[in-house]
Amino acid sequence: MLKLPIYLDNNATTPLDPRVLEAMMPYLTEVFGNAASRNHPFGWAAEEAVDYAREQIAGLINCDPKEIIFTSGATESDNLGIKGVFEMYSQKGNHIITATTEHKAVLDTCKHIEKLGGRVTYLPVDAEGLISLADLEAAMTPETILVTIMYGNNETGTIQPIREIAAIAHKHGALFMTDGTQAVGKIPVDVIADGIDLMAFTAHKMYGPKGVGALYVRRKNPRVKVTAQMDGGGHERGMRSGTLNVPGIVGLGKACELCKQEMEADTQRLSAMRDRLERELLTLEESYVNGSREHRLPHVANISFKYVEGEGLMMGVKDLAVSSGSACTSASLEPSYVLKALGLSDDLAHSSLRFGLSRFTTDEQIDYAINHVKEAVTKLREMSPLWEMFKEGIDLNSIEWAEH
Amino acid sequence: MAYSDKVIDHYSNPRNVGTLDKSKKNVGTGLVGAPECGDVMRLQIEVDEATNTITDAKFKTFGCGSAIASSSLATEWLKGKTVDEALAIDNMEIVEELALPPVKIHCSVLAEDAIKSAISDYRVKNGLPALEESKSHH
Repeated sequence: MLKLPIYLDNNATTPLDPRVLEAMMPYLTEVFGNAASRNHPFGWAAEEAVDYAREQIAGLINCDPKEIIFTSGATESDNLGIKGVFEMYSQKGNHIITATTEHKAVLDTCKHIEKLGGRVTYLPVDAEGLISLADLEAAMTPETILVTIMYGNNETGTIQPIREIAAIAHKHGALFMTDGTQAVGKIPVDVIADGIDLMAFTAHKMYGPKGVGALYVRRKNPRVKVTAQMDGGGHERGMRSGTLNVPGIVGLGKACELCKQEMEADTQRLSAMRDRLERELLTLEESYVNGSREHRLPHVANISFKYVEGEGLMMGVKDLAVSSGSACTSASLEPSYVLKALGLSDDLAHSSLRFGLSRFTTDEQIDYAINHVKEAVTKLREMSPLWEMFKEGIDLNSIEWAEH
Repeated sequence: MAYSDKVIDHYSNPRNVGTLDKSKKNVGTGLVGAPECGDVMRLQIEVDEATNTITDAKFKTFGCGSAIASSSLATEWLKGKTVDEALAIDNMEIVEELALPPVKIHCSVLAEDAIKSAISDYRVKNGLPALEESKSHH
C-alpha cells in the first residue's frame, strides 16, 4: 500500500538513512564526551569518532581529513567561507564574483559584504542556468579575491562547469569556492581534480542529520585561511569555535561513506526514474523542463506547466510533497528568482514544480506521481480561461489585462 | 497554508465550470485579473431579459484554490438572482462564506469584480451605460 503524501522534495532535505542513525546512536547516549576534553577517555572517544568522520568525508571529496571544518550546516559554511575570505584577504583586494542563481546563503552573504565596502559581481546565467566563462573572465580584476559559484543548483539541478571556472579564478590569482550542498554525495566531487579551494556542504541533503555541515578549506597549493566568524575556544584550527556536534559529525561521516559506496548505483537508478517522470510529464502539452538537461544532477527535475497557476497546482498535487517556483504565501506573488534568472516569465516560473528524488524513492511512487500530476494539470487547464484562449489560438499578449 | 473545508470542496468539485456563448446578446462576460498577477477569472452570466433574472452562470479561473473557490461560489450565488441583486454581492460575503484568510481577500475582490464586469458587459450589449471602475483597480 502506497503511503501518502509521497515525499519528492529531497532538495529541501532528505530522510535520515537508518544506517546513519545507527552509527549516531552511541554518540547520543553513552559516548557523550566533549571532543575537546583531552584529559579523559570520554573526550578521547569523542575525538576519535570525529577524526574517523573526517576521514569518511575526506574519502568522498578527495581531500585531507585536516581540511574539514565542521559547522552547523551549509548556510554557516557559506557565511564562513565568504566572510572569512573577505576579511582574511582584505589586503589583496575586495572583489568577489558570484552568480544570480546562487542560494540565498551566498547571495545574502554577498549583500552583507557589499555593506562592508566590498564589491560583488553577480554573473547572469543563460536559459539553461549556466554562467558564461567569457563573462567570468571579463569580470576578473586584480582586486578579485574570490569566485564563488555553486556546484549544482538547488532548484533546477543545473551543474556549472566547475573545473573551467576554477581554472579562470586561479589564473587571475583568486580563490575558488563552491556551494556543494546539492552535489556532494550525489555526483563525484573531487576537490583536487576540480580545483576547489573552499566548499560548503551539509549532511541533511545526503541522508544525514540536520544541523551539521562542513567547510572544506584547502591547506596546500595554496594554503587557504579564513577569519573565524565565531569567536571562542579556537576549535577547528581556530576557524570555527564551538563544541563539536559529535553525533551529528558521526552522522555526516557515515552519510558520506554510504554516498561514496552507493553513488554509482543510486545515480543510475535515480536518473532512470527521473527521466521516466520527466518523459511522461512532458507528454502534457505546453510543459517545459527548466534548466540544463545535459548538465544536471541525476535526481532533480524542474518542470513548468503553462496556463496553470502555481498555487492551484500545488493544491491539486496534494498527495505529493514537492516544491513550486511560486512563493505565493502573501498577497504579493514572488516567483522563483532562480527561474526568473533563466529568463522564464512570471507565469511560467509560478507554474513550475520541482521534483527531488532520493535513495528511498520507488518506481511505484513515481508511477503515482506521474498520474497525479497529469490529472491535476489536465483538470486545472479545463478550468483555466487562459488554456481555453490558447486552444482558440488567441495570443494572450494581445489582451489588455486589468492589472490589479 | 491550510484551506477551509469550503475552499477545498469548491476546488475539488467546482460548480458551473464552462463557457457561455458570448455572441448572444443576453450573455455578459467579465474577464478580470492578469496572468502575471497569478489569477485570471472569466465569469459569464445569461440573463432572462423579461424578468431581468440571471438564469445561468459559468466560470473559468486561472488561479489558486481560493480564487477558484471564490468564482465557483459566485456562480452558485448568481443563478436565480436579478441583475440588481447580483450587483449587491459584496466581496466580504465571499470571504465569510469561504473563511478566506487576509492574504486571500484579493481573490474575493476579483470575484466581485468579475460579477460587476459581466453585468457591465451585459448592460453595454443592451444599450445601457457601463458600470463604473471596479474595486481592485488601485
